[in-house]
Amino acid sequence: MNIDFSSKVVEMKNITKKFGDFVANDNINLTVHKGEVHALLGENGAGKSTLMNILYGLYQPTAGEIFINGNKVDITDPNVAIKKGIGMVHQHFMLVEPFTVAENIILGMEPTQGIGALDMKKAVQDVEEISKMYGLHVNPNDKIYDITVGMQQRVEILKALYRGAEILILDEPTAVLTPQEIKELIQIMRNLTQQGKTIILITHKLKEIKEAADFCTIIRRGKHIDTVEVQNTSTADLASMMVGREVSFKVEKEEKEHGELVLSIEDLVVKDNRNIDAVKGLSLDVYAGEILGIAGVDGNGQSEFIEALTGLRRVESGKIKIHGKDITNNTPKEIIEERIASIPEDRQKRGLVLDYTIAENMILENYNKPPFAKKGILNQQAIKDFARKLIEKFDVRPDNQLIKARSLSGGNQQKVIIAREVTNDPEILIAAQPTRGLDVGAIEFVHKSLVEQRDKNKAVVLVSLELDEVMNVSDRIAVIYEGKIVGIVNAKEADENTLGLMMAGGGTENEG
Amino acid sequence: MKDKGLKEKILHFILNGNFGFTLVSIILGLAVGAIILQITGFNAFEAYKIMIQGVFSRPNYIAWTIVRSTPIIITGLSVAFAFKTGLFNIGAEGQFIIGAITAAAVGYFVKLPAVLHIPLVILAAITAAGFWGAIAGYLKAKFGVHEVISTIMLNWIALYLNNYIVRIEGFRRPLNERSYAIQQSASIVVLEEWKRSEAGRAWLLNHEFWRDVFRTPLNLGIVFAIVLAIIVWFILNKTTLGYELKAVGYNKHAAEYGGINVSKSMLVSMSIAGALAGLAGALHVMGDSKSIASLAAMEGYGFDGIAVALIGGNTPLGVLLGGLLFGGLKYGGSKIQPTLGAPSEVISIVIGTIVFFIAMPKLIKMVMKLTTKNRGAKNVE
Repeated sequence: MNIDFSSKVVEMKNITKKFGDFVANDNINLTVHKGEVHALLGENGAGKSTLMNILYGLYQPTAGEIFINGNKVDITDPNVAIKKGIGMVHQHFMLVEPFTVAENIILGMEPTQGIGALDMKKAVQDVEEISKMYGLHVNPNDKIYDITVGMQQRVEILKALYRGAEILILDEPTAVLTPQEIKELIQIMRNLTQQGKTIILITHKLKEIKEAADFCTIIRRGKHIDTVEVQNTSTADLASMMVGREVSFKVEKEEKEHGELVLSIEDLVVKDNRNIDAVKGLSLDVYAGEILGIAGVDGNGQSEFIEALTGLRRVESGKIKIHGKDITNNTPKEIIEERIASIPEDRQKRGLVLDYTIAENMILENYNKPPFAKKGILNQQAIKDFARKLIEKFDVRPDNQLIKARSLSGGNQQKVIIAREVTNDPEILIAAQPTRGLDVGAIEFVHKSLVEQRDKNKAVVLVSLELDEVMNVSDRIAVIYEGKIVGIVNAKEADENTLGLMMAGGGTENEG
Repeated sequence: MKDKGLKEKILHFILNGNFGFTLVSIILGLAVGAIILQITGFNAFEAYKIMIQGVFSRPNYIAWTIVRSTPIIITGLSVAFAFKTGLFNIGAEGQFIIGAITAAAVGYFVKLPAVLHIPLVILAAITAAGFWGAIAGYLKAKFGVHEVISTIMLNWIALYLNNYIVRIEGFRRPLNERSYAIQQSASIVVLEEWKRSEAGRAWLLNHEFWRDVFRTPLNLGIVFAIVLAIIVWFILNKTTLGYELKAVGYNKHAAEYGGINVSKSMLVSMSIAGALAGLAGALHVMGDSKSIASLAAMEGYGFDGIAVALIGGNTPLGVLLGGLLFGGLKYGGSKIQPTLGAPSEVISIVIGTIVFFIAMPKLIKMVMKLTTKNRGAKNVE
């Protein structure tokens, strides 16, 4: 460990932040030493991002004091924070897409020569230098839109380092990364602390905390619960401190024989946005009463497959049939009418109209049907009653149907979508990465909902990038690789290594 | 107790809602206008007094303000409606012109009793202008052409179409750059024939108030504007159509996922916006101008509608009030020139500043925060 316990780089004392009547941070204390990776653990909406936004100067605390290197500071805006050596990498990157890596990194602090001409050569050199120093390999001349999300994140980290950051705040850095990229990121964090940097990691993923963090401060509903040494604390303890109750990681489900064939897909071909085949002759059968998990590395045609299935993307060739009825290239509306429900991959883009209220979102697919509407006029009372019922049943918080979906936490947004989709009483439920970005409590809920549908003899298709999830929840596992299903195994007989090999393309030979 | 709650609620609404926000912007706009008047050597207090008197001191001034406000309220509704559904209708100007051309033509060439003629003119105008709006909607839905670009171009097409049609023989008034006036049966001016008749004149001679009011082309347009504001509010908030259109406006990806036909929604939305602006043009012809003239430049009814929609926060009630404010400022403002010699362009600056401040929420919110802080401190004692 590289921790220097004698120097407290960050001390936040008795921080309270109120938004109106809502207390986001209630008297929170946080001490971070030089050279440590300090994790902030909490459920969605627990107040960890708020706390870090205060440290970064985006919010002003209602009460409390902040000390940086022992000196009391008043961080009025991010510029002050940057001057004090604090850098923040947000969950959603703030990069100029058509600019190169180097251009993004130097943005706002461009090296110049002569009478202010941009010295691009020096910029590239600078970038290469710091990238070498911290083991963050990037190509300075690549354009942002050409590089992977993991690379973009490195650019963000370099941007902060270029500005002289000694303390790096990483807000949910792994939410968008593939498992390999996560491993690389953890290595990068180690390199950085070795160089004397301090990292504050906002996350709700316990596995990463165990792997990467030295200390962990747990926040629940705005309150400081505890600060623990990660080595001496079990994952289960961390989880129960975070959620406030015991959490089961095992998905409870009973043995069950599947029913008749419901969904059959033959030789499906679908193009992606660049007009290149992404799904290349995919065939799959799904039966009633089973959860079929689709495992695969991101970018192997999963998104395009789901969009084609739900009518959002054109099918080039092949067939999609429900109970033998051809629904290929039907409109989304017609497909919903065939009682296919879906939990979309991107809940904020597809799943919700963020500026609509919870109630309005609850009727997104049924707004024009009774009892919600009659002859084109909405029945507000019926919509309200329906929303109230679902909010209660699915425990959406806050329990106010008039709140905009935008102001809900990720987990609660997902609850709204699941409530809506499940209540439509579908024959087939397609869940695309339904637990992405959710905390353990919410994940448990989502998995329970999926199993519940299966037990009601519905067909469930689960597409997930998390192999653990696919293996835990599914009855059968199909592996997708380069737009094709390369193998199907029973979940009971599946082991991680074989699946991993198939996901990497090693299973194709078996099929001949 | 209950009273206090209500008071607090109203205060909260004014301070935190859009209303207070707009109010602060208006005050700041007027303040900037005052500063400019002072700098240019005029008494700002005097100028604003003349303006206010110019709007409220006589019945006919009020009537004029209403007549002037009517078209921009309705074009404001058009812009606000499109905006709520995620479209920026810069084309209200052109749609207004198309509505006006159609109204002038149908109003002049067709001869029918008023009960039939008025609805016919209106129907023709909203159909034509609705189609004009739909062109932009179609281009967007089908080819992804941004509506700002297409509607700006359609504005110019409408302008020159207007100039072409005005000059057609049989429609053009001899020796004039104007069309013939519409038939009396297509007019919506209140009691127009009566007030010119013997009996009417005799009655008005003894009733000074009404005599003054009826000097103006006071017309039914404002009634239409109010009804339209209610209809727009109803469509947006109470109907499945409004639900669809707003969903597409807020997030077309989610709307598509929910089974809403996004292309159709864009088409419908632009048609309705076009029909509204076209109706504004028709009512203007039927109630005020009575004919159309060859235009050297845009008249600005549609563009003013954009400002009105912004001032009104894109809500129907806000647009109604914003339109009256805008109309009042323009009409009252025109009076500072003859009386005081002050340039009436100052009013354009005031309006521009108001819009500017409304478009700059951060500054206004800061100003409002400061004032609430002070208020809060007082309450503590």
